[in-house]
Amino acid sequence: MEHPARQNVLWTIAIVLVLIFALIPVLWIISLSFKTPATITDQSFIPTEFSLDNYKSLFEGGISDSPFIKPLINSLGIALITTFVSIILASFAAYAIARLNFPGRSVMLAGALAIAMFPPISTVGPLFDMWRSLGLYDTWPGLIIPYLTFSLPLAIYTLVAFFREIPWDLEKAAQMDGATPFQAFRKVIVPLAAPGMFTAAILVFIFAWNDFLFAISLTSSDASRTVPAALAFFTGDSSFTQPTGSIAAAAVIVTVPIIIFVLLFQRRIVAGLTSGAVKG
Amino acid sequence: MSQVKAAITDRARSERRLGWLLCAPAAIAMLAVTAYPIGYAIVLSLQQVDLRFPDEGGWVGLQNYGAVLSSSLWWTDLFNTVFLSVISVSIELCLGMAIALVMHRAIFGRGVVRTSVLIPYGIVTVVAAFSWQFAFAPDTGFVNHLPLIAEDKDWFGERFSAFAVIIMAEVWKTTPFMALLLLAGLTTIDDGLYNAAKVDGASAWQRFTRITLPLMKPAILVALLFRTLDAFRIFDTIFIMTNGAQDTQSVSILGYQQLISRLNLGLGSAVSVLIFLCVLVIAIFFVKFLGARQPEGGNA
Amino acid sequence: MANIVLDHVTKKYGDGYEAVKAMDLEIQDGEFMILVGPSGCGKSTALNMIAGLEDISDGELKIGGEVVNNRAPRDRDIAMVFQNYALYPHMTVRENMGFALKLAKVDPKEIDEKVEEAAKTLDLTEHLDRKPANLSGGQRQRVAMGRAIVRDPKAFLMDEPLSNLDAKLRVQMRTEVAELQSRLGTTTVYVTHDQTEAMTLGDRVAVMRSGVLQQVDTPAVLYNDPVNLFVAGFIGSPSMNFIHAQVGDGSVELPFATLPLGDDLKQAAGGNREVICGIRPEHFEDAELVGDHVDEGVTFEAKVDLVESMGSELYAYFDAGSENTGKVEQAASEAGLEELAGADTGQVVTRLGPESSAKRGETLKLWVDPTRILLFDPDTGERIKS
Repeated sequence: MEHPARQNVLWTIAIVLVLIFALIPVLWIISLSFKTPATITDQSFIPTEFSLDNYKSLFEGGISDSPFIKPLINSLGIALITTFVSIILASFAAYAIARLNFPGRSVMLAGALAIAMFPPISTVGPLFDMWRSLGLYDTWPGLIIPYLTFSLPLAIYTLVAFFREIPWDLEKAAQMDGATPFQAFRKVIVPLAAPGMFTAAILVFIFAWNDFLFAISLTSSDASRTVPAALAFFTGDSSFTQPTGSIAAAAVIVTVPIIIFVLLFQRRIVAGLTSGAVKG
Repeated sequence: MSQVKAAITDRARSERRLGWLLCAPAAIAMLAVTAYPIGYAIVLSLQQVDLRFPDEGGWVGLQNYGAVLSSSLWWTDLFNTVFLSVISVSIELCLGMAIALVMHRAIFGRGVVRTSVLIPYGIVTVVAAFSWQFAFAPDTGFVNHLPLIAEDKDWFGERFSAFAVIIMAEVWKTTPFMALLLLAGLTTIDDGLYNAAKVDGASAWQRFTRITLPLMKPAILVALLFRTLDAFRIFDTIFIMTNGAQDTQSVSILGYQQLISRLNLGLGSAVSVLIFLCVLVIAIFFVKFLGARQPEGGNA
Repeated sequence: MANIVLDHVTKKYGDGYEAVKAMDLEIQDGEFMILVGPSGCGKSTALNMIAGLEDISDGELKIGGEVVNNRAPRDRDIAMVFQNYALYPHMTVRENMGFALKLAKVDPKEIDEKVEEAAKTLDLTEHLDRKPANLSGGQRQRVAMGRAIVRDPKAFLMDEPLSNLDAKLRVQMRTEVAELQSRLGTTTVYVTHDQTEAMTLGDRVAVMRSGVLQQVDTPAVLYNDPVNLFVAGFIGSPSMNFIHAQVGDGSVELPFATLPLGDDLKQAAGGNREVICGIRPEHFEDAELVGDHVDEGVTFEAKVDLVESMGSELYAYFDAGSENTGKVEQAASEAGLEELAGADTGQVVTRLGPESSAKRGETLKLWVDPTRILLFDPDTGERIKS
């Protein structure tokens, strides 16, 4: 039987538990980032002394010497370009799959699915070799290309699901109302497709921002090393101390935009992630 | 009559062409970095290619495979990978189901739960790995101060305790995704069925096992398939936490070490191909024997 | 087999909205009770409270003499048939029907027997091993009924079980439901918004509106002796005509005729006053067709606005005068009836025999039976009676 008061209490407990589960590691790394070098090993959850030193040290030395600025620029640039190109390619494909009838449509989807299941490690070796011969090693395109490959399945599935929901007949209705095909496309279809493309873009961005394996395998210097890879190679004050504080600060800077994204667009992201999954 | 038929085929034909044309760029992008490299990897694996000794080389047939399959390191790593995958995915399934149920039935706070559940998804894996590592590291961590835990426990000094932390980090990171997939499945179940079951005399647990679970089987299988394949590829977390120390290496780490650290492309490629085959086996198992179905595409 | 008693049962939601207000209803053992009313009247909520699917905010619910307010549905020994059937898609018909018994740990052989018996009664034997997705709407409906019958419960609760069927099937199933209930003798509470179903199926009918029980009686009493404007207008198709009128001098003055009042009505109405007069379409007739009864009623002439021929009868519409509209509309909206015959158009609908010569635009001599008219208070909507 429902017992509203008791049920509410149980739900609140459940929600709080979920919140704690999700947030503890995040709060912890934030806390670490504010600790002073002296107190970094004090092993308490909340910092006993607050300082912004860790953050400052990240940016010391300007673009050329700071261990963080160039990787940050690399991450941003590579992720943005990947997102932009991936969405364009995926939109074309998704439009075709959702609207047109052609043999190979299901092959395309099955293929995309196969790619999503593919172990990237298996391609690292050959890519390493290929990129070195082609001069793509340690460059932006060297990372963008594999990112495209592995983000396209996600983008295509998300976009196909969104495009299927669009009432394409509106285009014809607009033309009956006097619009040219291009106007119809621009004023009717684009606004309807925009949310789906935006969601897919967010998912692709998170994917590219997040990658580690390719970043450490296909780069060797600041020229194209992204933040996740840079983090793994941070050096501390001496060869004996781990640069926990700097790593924590860098981690926070890299995480904050994602958290903001997630907060603002949580509904869209959930819709995108679950769209292709089980609506059989 | 025949003219009308020709016109229809013409239109269908141009639709087909347009379809292929639009798919081509994406298809090329996807194949270029997968089909070609895997072919190349197979080729490399059959050669002896060590970039540290560029002058040595040549075809050695299956010798690399022999070396890998006879090395105890490979089998240890394979065991590690399977062990970690099975445990992580099992925990994720149960936790994910619980979270999915909370998200499905919550009367309030849905947005809050949804957001917080997405944060682990959005966080860079490496960042998460660092966070967990720092939490459990003997010098910086706070975990050793929690009740019931020895103050000087060296989590990363021992194989299975290191595994425990790795599993916790992995579960934390990917349970949300699992929960979302399961939630999508939950929403397809007609609520009226639960009312009917209540009247028929089913307790809450019986409703879950006899109505919810059977009707969620397709969603569960898809979620399991994706997550198992993902888990098998575990790399980032182990790299950051132990880098394979204490026998915690996974097959992907082995591959990376051979390829990038040791620059032994021949051996490394053999490892890569073997990993690929394992993944293939898992996928076939799920699709053929458990009946995991691919979601539909195109005009429904 | 048991009786069901609702004692001041109330359903109040968190935001203060009361879906069911202090409902008192006693359903006899073995009775077929219908809950009827427009959507939103609280009938489904009341049914869900009897089932245990909704909490009771106030009041007592007794099944078989025991107070069951806090008992879970599974412990009330009732079976329910849902509007959209709620059949378990992953189970066969046999498994669907046997599910409750399986949960109750009944012997598998006994389950089989009961399921086969119910299947035979409902003509489902050849479908026992099929899944619901492969059945037609009518077959699914019968499986839903079968699921309830198999349990031999204290009561059947049915929530608009026929509303998803097409018209013809609905009529057919109606008789089957009636037969089934009379044969099994199980107490049944049946919710519908269709007054035809209510009138044909029920031993007694409970008319509800906005959470309040208006009247509980046999169909005949509801038809002849409605307690207020709402019930009078809800029961009967086409609906009763409502005409604003003036009572005085032992008669009631309508725009088109003056009718004498019987003694009890004269007394009940008191002196001169305004009333709403209710006359059912079937109490009019074409004066030509009345034959010897013509002196028992009042004849008048009216210009026919519209004629609808049903084949078996004729509906003729005439204008009662536009003054009528305002007052009746007001009373109607207070009574909660959006469409009262005559309310917005000032039109009166009459049901005439098929031989009537009524023609659109022509004047027709009509006859009305004054003993069948009903009077209602224009402010409260209550029936005026002694």
